[in-house]
Amino acid sequence: MTSQPVTAVAEEEDEALEPRDTNLRAFIGATLTFVALLVAWELLVWYLKIPTWLLPSPSAIAQAMMEWKDELLRHTLVTLYETLVGFAAAIALSIPLAVLIVYSPILRNTIYPILLVFQSVPKVAIAPLLLLWIGFGELPKIVVVFLVCFFPIIVATATGLAAVPNSLMDLIRSLSASTMQTFIKIRFPTAMPHIFVGLKIAITFAVIGAVIGEFVGSESGLGFVIMVYSSQNRAPVAFGALVLLTVMSIVLYYGIAAIERIVVPWAPRN
Amino acid sequence: MSKIHIEGLHKAYASSGGRVIALENVNVGIKQNEFVTLVGPSGCGKSTLLKLIGALIRPSRGKLLFDGKPITEPTRDVGIVFQEAVLLQWRNVLDNVLLPAEILGLDKAQSRARAMHLLQLVGLAGFEKRYPRELSGGMQQRVSICRALVHNPSLLLMDEPFAALDAMTREELGFELLRIWDTDKKTVVFVTHNITEAILLADRVVAMTPRPGRIAKIVEIDLPRPRTIDMEFTAQFKSYSDQIREVIYHGSGASKR
Repeated sequence: MTSQPVTAVAEEEDEALEPRDTNLRAFIGATLTFVALLVAWELLVWYLKIPTWLLPSPSAIAQAMMEWKDELLRHTLVTLYETLVGFAAAIALSIPLAVLIVYSPILRNTIYPILLVFQSVPKVAIAPLLLLWIGFGELPKIVVVFLVCFFPIIVATATGLAAVPNSLMDLIRSLSASTMQTFIKIRFPTAMPHIFVGLKIAITFAVIGAVIGEFVGSESGLGFVIMVYSSQNRAPVAFGALVLLTVMSIVLYYGIAAIERIVVPWAPRN
Repeated sequence: MSKIHIEGLHKAYASSGGRVIALENVNVGIKQNEFVTLVGPSGCGKSTLLKLIGALIRPSRGKLLFDGKPITEPTRDVGIVFQEAVLLQWRNVLDNVLLPAEILGLDKAQSRARAMHLLQLVGLAGFEKRYPRELSGGMQQRVSICRALVHNPSLLLMDEPFAALDAMTREELGFELLRIWDTDKKTVVFVTHNITEAILLADRVVAMTPRPGRIAKIVEIDLPRPRTIDMEFTAQFKSYSDQIREVIYHGSGASKR
């Protein structure tokens, strides 16, 4: 009996070591590939004498980013603000609505088709209208972000809330649990991993939504930088903005994934 | 008075192919603290009968009494174990076992003590803080048995609880269940499609046949308790087994399977 727990621990450590090892290897591999691509890009631009306004080299982009760093930081914060506020608003509205949909068949049959229609309208096409209705400033961008985030979150939440196994529902019913008890103890925790899938999809859309909003009409934000600077023959700055958008998107995604690991440690990992 | 009294019970479902009769004219009485197994092939209505007893579904017709009173809604005096353990992944073993006590609002300290005692009975002492994903299938099912017993119900309903387990774990858990039942007597209704398991566990085996689901025969199992694995090879056991096989396979005996 005493030797058994010891072997169990040893096995766990073995298992824990291996994936970390492969993770590290994958990370090194990805980094090397990325660096190689940058070098190839740099050499190609230099060898083919591609003009900077068409495709700047990585070094030119890096140089421009350093030179314009205060300006770029200001615009980054604007886009980040629009993204996060729109994303938060989408969470605040779509999760309660998903609960209503799951608990009310009438609402499910009326709201779902309407949502589907709204989701099918291209958000890029709505952006100019929003400009018309709400005007310039950050609000129309926030609304675009909200619109692109709303659907993935509500669908994921509704799916998750309905994902309780039938036998578990039978068990709960045999105890005459109240609707509130069932929601708090069973349904919502069951939905959590699904909700996070929706959040991760939504956050990547969110950044795109903010940029779309800025493209249509704005005086600030990274989308604005790309629009204006690429037409002013300052391609390296526009590319710098593109780099920042990519980094922002990745950081936000992994930020959500990190929160998921804390809030939903039981969720399946990919 | 029977713990459960069933008389003239019918259950029909509406399906795409018309009305399906799941149960037809079922009559059976189950005594207090009796261990009854329902055995039969798929579609014989054994799980339907279990759900009717647990008031999870309503009968189409017939009488269904629990302690002499008609069953209309879940009584809270029932523990249920399913084929899958369906544990809550976000709760550790102890908190999973305590779920029914929480829902029923039972005394925390008492429930906790009872949960710990039950976990000890099934050999899971020391595993209270583990999470379901860290347990084997057999261990998870042990936890779900403890969960079914924590609020001390007088009736335990088990729907093929060991069907998803390997043969050895299945036997082991069967005897464990008998041991718990022996120290803490309850009325048990146990659904299975395994005839050996049905005989080895039960005071009485209810053999059922499909289309429409009905009781074909009730066999009184007069083997001494505690039951042991070698009883399976006695002449008496074989005669029970033959009787049940015969009715389940329509009088053609054990030769036809």
